[in-house]
Amino acid sequence: MNETVISVRNLTKCFGNFRAVDGITFDVGRGEIFGFLGANGAGKTTAMRMLCGLSCPTSGSGTVAGFDVLREGERIKRHIGYMSQRFSLYDDLTVLENIRLYAGIYGLSHRQTLRRTAELFARLDFRKERNQLVGALPLGYKQKLAFSVATLHSPEIVFLDEPTGGVDPLTRRQFWELIYETAAAGTTVFVTTHYMDEAEYCSRVSVMVDGQIRALDTPAALKSRFRAESMDEVFRLLAREAKRGD
Amino acid sequence: MGNFGSFVKKETLHILRDRRTMLVVLLIPVVLMTLFGFAISTEINNIDVAVVAPHRTESVRQAVERMASNPYCTFKGYIPSDEIDRVLRRGEAAAVAVFAADYDRIAAMQAPAEPAVQLIFDASNTNTAMSGAAYLQSILTGASAQASPVEMRLLYNPQMRSAYNFVPGIMGMIFILICALMTSVSIVREKENGTMEVLLVSPVRPMRIVLAKLVPYFMLSCINLATILLLAAYALDVPLSGSAGAIIAVSLLYLVLALALGLLISTIAEKQIVALIISAMLLMMPIVMLSGMLFPVENMPAVLQAISYIVPARWYIEAIRKLMIEGLPFAAVWREVLILLAMTVVFIVVSVKKFNDKLE
Amino acid sequence: MNARYAIEIDGLTKRYGGMTALDRVSFRVERGELFGLIGPDGAGKTTLFRLLTTLMNPDEGTAAVDGLDCVAAYRQIRSRVGYMPGRFSLYADLSVEENLAFFAALFGVRVVDNYDLIAPIYRQIEPFRTRRAGKLSGGMKQKLALCCALIHRPSVLFLDEPTTGVDAVSRSEFWDMLAELKAKEISILVSTPYMDEADRCDRIALINEGHLLAVDSPRGIVSAYGERIYTLSGGDMYALLLAARRLPHVRRCCPFGAAHHLSVDADFDAAACRRQLADEGFADVALQPAESGIEDVFIKLMNHE
Repeated sequence: MNETVISVRNLTKCFGNFRAVDGITFDVGRGEIFGFLGANGAGKTTAMRMLCGLSCPTSGSGTVAGFDVLREGERIKRHIGYMSQRFSLYDDLTVLENIRLYAGIYGLSHRQTLRRTAELFARLDFRKERNQLVGALPLGYKQKLAFSVATLHSPEIVFLDEPTGGVDPLTRRQFWELIYETAAAGTTVFVTTHYMDEAEYCSRVSVMVDGQIRALDTPAALKSRFRAESMDEVFRLLAREAKRGD
Repeated sequence: MGNFGSFVKKETLHILRDRRTMLVVLLIPVVLMTLFGFAISTEINNIDVAVVAPHRTESVRQAVERMASNPYCTFKGYIPSDEIDRVLRRGEAAAVAVFAADYDRIAAMQAPAEPAVQLIFDASNTNTAMSGAAYLQSILTGASAQASPVEMRLLYNPQMRSAYNFVPGIMGMIFILICALMTSVSIVREKENGTMEVLLVSPVRPMRIVLAKLVPYFMLSCINLATILLLAAYALDVPLSGSAGAIIAVSLLYLVLALALGLLISTIAEKQIVALIISAMLLMMPIVMLSGMLFPVENMPAVLQAISYIVPARWYIEAIRKLMIEGLPFAAVWREVLILLAMTVVFIVVSVKKFNDKLE
Repeated sequence: MNARYAIEIDGLTKRYGGMTALDRVSFRVERGELFGLIGPDGAGKTTLFRLLTTLMNPDEGTAAVDGLDCVAAYRQIRSRVGYMPGRFSLYADLSVEENLAFFAALFGVRVVDNYDLIAPIYRQIEPFRTRRAGKLSGGMKQKLALCCALIHRPSVLFLDEPTTGVDAVSRSEFWDMLAELKAKEISILVSTPYMDEADRCDRIALINEGHLLAVDSPRGIVSAYGERIYTLSGGDMYALLLAARRLPHVRRCCPFGAAHHLSVDADFDAAACRRQLADEGFADVALQPAESGIEDVFIKLMNHE
């Protein structure tokens, strides 16, 4: 692995007596597509919040994009992109207004905004859609747009929280092409998903069970280690050991 | 009928589980009664009065003596006439009674051409000034009945205690708040959460489920009714001169009306926040403004008066005022009761018609 | 009472304003069948459920559940069907047993009446019976919702996206439960956006943007609409994807997890393509024929629209 952009050691988050995230340790390199899997309640969301600088770890240490997760949460936020299925864009603003809003939030200059907006429209093949309300776009368009907006400020890492839920298979594939393209350009992609076939796209995959990382490797290595046909099987083998619900 | 009971039970559980809301609902009447009854008062507890009397004749002294011995007045002493402004500005007195130099002569006249006593008030608080002036005038008039060209008498509420006015107003407001707002929000919550879909896809008539929803809120309002009446009678000393039975009967009718209104709102609103806004804006505002709770309806422009006719609370407050404060018998409020009854029927009919057992 | 079909739909159309949510949809679900409605968000799945559960009336066409017309006989239908809407449809502030008791009362039965039906599912959540439904995990909520939908022993069960947002393990368990219910002669219509769940159904309907793409058994659909598929993997997958699109006789190339799927025409020459890729610097690539899956078919049929 060349350059490390996420590096955490024994990261732990407790809520009272409950160890939601229980000492996780891993590194993610530049340009990797890192799959972050886990059953509901395994602690994925909590871990992701800490990595995004939204929640302070109870103990452990780590850096994201070169900044300390304990002390530099605000600076981390400026150097990452985030997209979730639930909140991504404002339905009552047009495509262009949404883009300008995010460009403003991330402090892009006027010139940068114009250039990147043009690039974005070219890449997504948006024409008349530019001035449409986001709410009126088909779901697939919205998801692709949300992803492009999350990477508008060329972040070092983009966090995707179940980005493809409910999307048709063709759009899902186009979405993964966007992810490939982004990773090939040097942005690290950190993604959670419930589609186990999507885990196969990732360069490396971690599986969380009960707040701990139970396995971390390339999909091929995991499959051979667990003598499984697919990531789905690997995941089920591991998640069955879970003791706790959420 | 077996499942009706279990619906009521479920609804009661919802209310009991939401402790904070329940507590607020139970405490609202107490807080409002205390606020309006004691703190925000326009009533006269004590007027500090200074007196300007160029000639302290026997009759002047008698008048001042009577004023000073009144429990609601405090005599602050005689002052020279050029001190009036200073005394009022410094707040040393709220009112100054200026006796005419020839008070005895004017007071003795059958039809005086000029005032015998001039009352000067600090009117920076309009309400207290107005009511204080009226009260002081009544004391002074009583002092020498023939001294004043106009005789004024305040009946039913001689000290102009504002609690009397506010209690019916608070009742009109609280019941709308609890019955209409709470029920509409709780019905709309089921739409928003998706549970309404499951309820509709069941053999039970949805109207029945909704009616079961009203029962616990009705009970809750009854507790509030009891709280208000007890507070009014024992803490605020409202005489409840009319028959308590009539007050309760009219109030129960009003509760049903408010529940029907809540039901109606829930048939229109799709989101809790919409139900909340409709209840607050369309119900609360007119109640406060148009029901006569704060401003007398008679003084309003004709358009607003016309609008006030369709505000249910206006009729309820009027009826309760008659029963509670004027001590009139039930027969005196038949007009208000009929109007409320008609409104209730209309609301129920419309909401039953509008209530849709489909999603569109 | 003993209608031949659990569900019979003919030319069903539903519009919202100018938008056509369902466009002339027709299919039949046999008695005791586990029938899957498979399509992405916005395909019209929820609309179809609402028409069949009599929550809405269609603009055109007819629908019958258990032999009863969805418009004329909607009251009778409501006592015979079980429905689990897509959203969490339980009372979060009531406990597990309170929820169950309420839904039993709603249908005029006692929990004990049909306990045998729900027992295998309910036993799994029974240890938490005093817990508030809002505090259950996703998988447990789903089990409770299923118990509530089954408590009156419906003859047809409607499940709208029961597995959405639920992890792979809970999803798999859920499908096991459905298989058990099917054995108890309950007809089930279930929708899902997850194509990999298609194989769990007896028959499926593929649906997209209000149109029915195909109806058959999963195997039948693949054999009817399947194409020649090759899988391609190895090395830099993104570069490989772009290279594969330049290969001759490749109709379509999509990333498909571990390997890219190439849909190819009859003149496709695998050996020649391997050579071409090797010339372009892709050393260790595997290009192998493979069988079409439901997703391949879905993508193909979507493109034909």
